[in-house]
Amino acid sequence: MTALPQSTKTKLGLVIDLDICVGCHACVVNCKEWNTSGYGAPLADSDPYGVEPIGAWLNRVHTFEVQPDHAPASIVHFPKSCLHCETAPCVTVCPTGASYKRSEDGIVLVDEDMCIGCGLCAWACPYGAREMDPAEKVMKKCTLCVDRIYNENIPEIDRTPACVRTCPANARHFGDFSDPESEVSVMVKERGGIDLMPEQGTNPVNKYLMPRPKTNPEMELDENFSLADLAKENTASAGGFLGWVDRALDRLG
Amino acid sequence: MHPAISVIFFTVLSGAGYGFMAVLGLGVAMPEGPLAAFVISGIAGVLAVAGLLASTFHLGHPERALLAFSQWRTSWLSREGVLAVVTLVLFAIYVFIWMATGERYFFLGLLITIAATATVFATSMIYAQLKTVPHWHMRQTPLCYLLFAAASGVLLAAGLAPDGMIFTMPGSLLAMMELLIAWAVKVLWWQNAKKTTLAASGSTVETATGLGEIGKVRLLESPHSGESYLTKEMVHVIGRKHADKLRMIALVLGCVIPVLICLAVFLANTGSMWLLLAFGFLIAGLFAERWLFFAEAKHTVSLYY
Repeated sequence: MTALPQSTKTKLGLVIDLDICVGCHACVVNCKEWNTSGYGAPLADSDPYGVEPIGAWLNRVHTFEVQPDHAPASIVHFPKSCLHCETAPCVTVCPTGASYKRSEDGIVLVDEDMCIGCGLCAWACPYGAREMDPAEKVMKKCTLCVDRIYNENIPEIDRTPACVRTCPANARHFGDFSDPESEVSVMVKERGGIDLMPEQGTNPVNKYLMPRPKTNPEMELDENFSLADLAKENTASAGGFLGWVDRALDRLG
Repeated sequence: MHPAISVIFFTVLSGAGYGFMAVLGLGVAMPEGPLAAFVISGIAGVLAVAGLLASTFHLGHPERALLAFSQWRTSWLSREGVLAVVTLVLFAIYVFIWMATGERYFFLGLLITIAATATVFATSMIYAQLKTVPHWHMRQTPLCYLLFAAASGVLLAAGLAPDGMIFTMPGSLLAMMELLIAWAVKVLWWQNAKKTTLAASGSTVETATGLGEIGKVRLLESPHSGESYLTKEMVHVIGRKHADKLRMIALVLGCVIPVLICLAVFLANTGSMWLLLAFGFLIAGLFAERWLFFAEAKHTVSLYY
């Protein structure tokens, strides 16, 4: 049913720390690797080695430049995948019932056997979290690695989404937001985790932690100070015979 | 947004088909005889069904289309499907009785008018419901769809009615008024759409990334070097290039020419068959109008690119 559940037993999702992400795209690649062989149809590419490669990915990393008013610009790497919204607009627009939000853990999924590939859910999502598979012609989206997190056939340490497991910088965290004591809830509370586009009213479960403020001491600079002067040849410290020669030659003009 | 030809055909043609059904349902006098009834209702049915069929070309899995009738409680697309089929079934019964007995049931007709109107409204809500596209998420969007469907229906009815009369009014005059009202509302929509930008709706790249509290944000590097489904579908920019020219084409083909034909027919008080030519021009104009409806609409996803 494409009606949203009134409430979910747990609220599973991700915390993405923009202070830590180095933009290596390992989460993007590992997401594709796991999900092309796991849940549902493979994540296809068309023309993968050609002139115009295009394919379905469930997680992508954008890189933005942020220019504060009175400080140098900084670069922020910005991973983006499905936010598993509490009021997910992609679910209610689905005409077939293929899109649904699970009442047990709040994960938003697509039943690919019921998807007619109309694409309306992708239009309804403000974040661009859904992509049509170019080969299978069904809608693909982040499953929060539902086939990993409950999977008792893999070591316990691996029972976390592929993107989280692979992140070498530890910028992505997975957990239950309905538990105020969980690691992710504490992190969000302490760092002031935010929602993306709150004005869209989607109530995303995934939260983003902003880059910590850069140290920017008010530099008191001498008006006449020039960095180039430091590099100039300086003989003031020369002593002994060579110092005498230096001073004598200076006096000659 | 990417202006898919199949969706343009769907909205324009089924709009005209259901608009014509709504007018027929009111009991507007048509030529006598079962053959006339067959041809006239055939035009309405073919337009509606051609539009619906066109929409299935947009689907990745049209063979599963029946599933789309199941989620009418929440989904406008599903409601549109259900209403479209219910209207067609009611209309088929109406036409069957019409052909067999020459009788046109008033209450069944009225029901068809209501159902056809609801169908066009549901079509418009597929787009108007989307908060992600502020251009579409306006109250006048359903009004434009309804008025264009009505204009198409009245123009067709006026062209086919004996003596070109719709009830006691000259059909040419009624169609002309309908056309002028519909395009006036559309011009208003265009004016409002200019103001209803993503920024005006409160969404910017700063809110999309949450980085606005630090400073001004701009994209430094796209997540992919080539195209993606997202950029093809929702960051479509090609269609906007000729927007002003297309707006003129839409207005000339869809409004000026049909209105002039209506005026000529009204003044000459004869030749209502020419209104069918006006209908052809209106549909051509609406194709241009619908192309712009999609091509000019900006989706919040474009903020990330």
